[in-house]
Amino acid sequence: MNDNKFKKLMSNQLFIPVIALVVLALINLINDPSFFKVTLGTNNAGNPVLSGYLITILDYGSELGILAIGMTLVTAASGGQDISVGATIAIAGSAMLRVLCGGNSRPETIQAPIIVAFLVACLVGMLCGAFNGLLVSIFKIQPMIATLILFTAGRSIAAWINNNELPIVPDPKFSYFGGFIPGIPIPTTVFIVAICIVIIALVLKFTNLGLYTQAVGINENSSRLNGINPTFIKFLSFVILGLCVAVAALIKVSRLSTINYSVIAKDIEMDAILAVALGGNALSGGKFNIWASILGAYVIQFLTTTLYKFNVQSDALAAYKAVVVIVLVIFSAPKVREYMKDARKKIIKVQKEAA
Amino acid sequence: MKDNVVLQMKGISKSFPGVRALQKVDFSLNKGEIHALMGENGAGKSTLIKVLTGVYSKDEGTIEIAGKGEVSIHSPQDAQNLGISTVYQEITLCPNLTVAENMFIGRTQGAFTNWKIMNIEADKLLKKLDIPASATMQLSSCSIAVQQMVAIARAIDMDCKVLILDEPTSSLDDQEVQKLFGLMRDLKQMGVGIIFVTHFLDQVYEVCDKITVLRDGKLVGEYEIKDLPRVQLVAKMLGKEMDDLSDIKGEHKAYEGKNAGEIVFEAKDLQSNAGIKPFDFFIKKGEINGFTGLLGSGRSECVRAIFGADTILGGTVKMHGKKVNIKRPLDAMKNGIAYLPEDRKLDGIVGDLSVRENIILALQVLNGFFKPFSRAKADEFAQEYIKKLNIKTASADTPVKSLSGGNQQKVILARWLLMHPDYLILDEPTRGIDVGTKVDIQKLVLQLAEEGMSVTFISSETDEMLRTCSRLVVMRDRKVVGELLGNDLTQNKIMSTIAGDGDSEIKQEADLKAI
Repeated sequence: MNDNKFKKLMSNQLFIPVIALVVLALINLINDPSFFKVTLGTNNAGNPVLSGYLITILDYGSELGILAIGMTLVTAASGGQDISVGATIAIAGSAMLRVLCGGNSRPETIQAPIIVAFLVACLVGMLCGAFNGLLVSIFKIQPMIATLILFTAGRSIAAWINNNELPIVPDPKFSYFGGFIPGIPIPTTVFIVAICIVIIALVLKFTNLGLYTQAVGINENSSRLNGINPTFIKFLSFVILGLCVAVAALIKVSRLSTINYSVIAKDIEMDAILAVALGGNALSGGKFNIWASILGAYVIQFLTTTLYKFNVQSDALAAYKAVVVIVLVIFSAPKVREYMKDARKKIIKVQKEAA
Repeated sequence: MKDNVVLQMKGISKSFPGVRALQKVDFSLNKGEIHALMGENGAGKSTLIKVLTGVYSKDEGTIEIAGKGEVSIHSPQDAQNLGISTVYQEITLCPNLTVAENMFIGRTQGAFTNWKIMNIEADKLLKKLDIPASATMQLSSCSIAVQQMVAIARAIDMDCKVLILDEPTSSLDDQEVQKLFGLMRDLKQMGVGIIFVTHFLDQVYEVCDKITVLRDGKLVGEYEIKDLPRVQLVAKMLGKEMDDLSDIKGEHKAYEGKNAGEIVFEAKDLQSNAGIKPFDFFIKKGEINGFTGLLGSGRSECVRAIFGADTILGGTVKMHGKKVNIKRPLDAMKNGIAYLPEDRKLDGIVGDLSVRENIILALQVLNGFFKPFSRAKADEFAQEYIKKLNIKTASADTPVKSLSGGNQQKVILARWLLMHPDYLILDEPTRGIDVGTKVDIQKLVLQLAEEGMSVTFISSETDEMLRTCSRLVVMRDRKVVGELLGNDLTQNKIMSTIAGDGDSEIKQEADLKAI
């Protein structure tokens, strides 16, 4: 391979997540080629649905993929991470249920249109984001500490919104968002993610969000002297993450048509941060690549699904995941990459000498 | 070595790759003496201090200490053991610990600490030195001056013979400075030799006994304070003899186009929270003027106030005769003011971003959040200025941090020129860059003014300012103390104005004659 091309490939941020995907795919291919089989069947309601491991990955990676968008922006602008996203998903989801069920835990019909409930959830999600953003940007609290507040209190607030009851949404239409729309065999979540990706792509293309966020993350002083308002940019990144949280909450709540305050989206914040890291983005902020983060999210889901395939107990899942994570993170560490570059140079030198 | 000498450094040399930071410098300190170490930035003061405190190892030379003979210092710990203590400009204590803990941290023996004895000892020392703090107070609850004093107390208690105070007064107000001086005089009585590094001339003449001047890594001389009038001190620091009148005014033509003579920018009683006294200022179309004064005199703070970079506390500002409100950099930019900051790394470049992104940044912000330039447009801008300013970069995609200092500076200059400002402020645009680029930048400034841009040019090198500016605002101790133009634009006049201590003109002239 051409040396320059190789270098370029290595330095591309998509390199690590793509390689991880390829390796995972290869492992599955060797273990059981049927892993990649996608079949068209019908579900309980008699609608055509696609099923198979790949579909599972695409479906269940959705929440993480959406969260990765917001988490990347927060990381880039503030140089820190939001650990409250799991808890705020519970809050936004609970608010959505409250609007849909009107405080009644077993309503006959939904009390408000789904779109209204979703908009309320968006508002709640953005308010939570604004709260975190305020602490970080104005009061200069470290992001992890600032978001620890909602991380701790969030699930209680979520339970309080519905008086600690677990309302069930009676309208089957509500379950379309986390499942299938009758007649369409592809999971709805795939479309939701696609919409989110299109929106963020448009935002990045038609506004200066990307430039401002990176500038603030790299050099706050300099950004300020160039007329950017770093406080607002940081605040904005948290609000955008809040919006992502609301969309993720819609999917999560829709999957069950109800909520379990203590379990919903549990530990998803760590996976979201991991997705950002796997995407090769520096957790200390600055330059970012949102697409690499989203890919990172699907790598995580691919890994989880693969482990299930290997019959790993769900209790033990975390331990296996940790091992893989350690390997991936070490490989993406700048020091290791430098070392590998040096090693490569040496090998080439030896080869040349031998020739 | 004489009896009353506590420290003698002889023939100290130290080189860094490409720089000879110190060349055969001698320095000696007596018992009970306050000795000022003076020199402009890069003169070698801090290198000398760092050699003395073991941060750097010297290439050549000897260090002798009273009672110990010739010593070799390889680490700050060595220095401390030899009785050399340093108090830095920024407090290096732990604000979340108590005063006593700070005084004894790292000096306790064994695994256990007797808190009671420690607190009693600390209180005793604080009382002896007349420091208004008690042992159990948390350090962060003390004023900066008291914290500074606690740092000194800690140093004294470690049986120090040589105390180095590196710019201890830069964050203190007048009263606090007086308290600190009181403490320094007490220590002097106790026989401690003090090396005092500061940029404030008044303070040197108030408290010091001797002055050693360094310039460009070389020793200029050691003087008794009474033998060295201020004007001469400034001359020695800047390296210009008073009769050096060889400086020739620039050959550039003045701007003669439309609206020549119009006052572009005017400020009255402008004041920011950066500690400068309110000042008046104006600049005409096509004029180049400058702020001059020693480092720390408030030059940068003034232009930062003009640009709205610090919090504005008061004053009125007019652009083209119309009153405007400048509270933050964006306001200034909207009014056509551009500012190239003093610290390129900290305030200028956005290191990880590409040269292109760095060049378009200011204009892009001005253009608005919802109107990003297309890639093609951005490339066009970048290429235009890469060519115009002869920026040496592999491509417009190269991260700006991988460029050399001079080229980074050109990128930032390009950023502001792209904005086509009416009024351009350049704060130390030539610092730390090679000579060729320096000349390029000066030529560019003259050319811009000829085309009608108003420029404020600040430089530590008076030469450069004389070569470019037609009017100079002189600052001392965060105050505007004079304005020079026409025939007064000479090294001599600048130096005497910088040095003047607020006394009548007659005294300054007498000083000049004395030289």
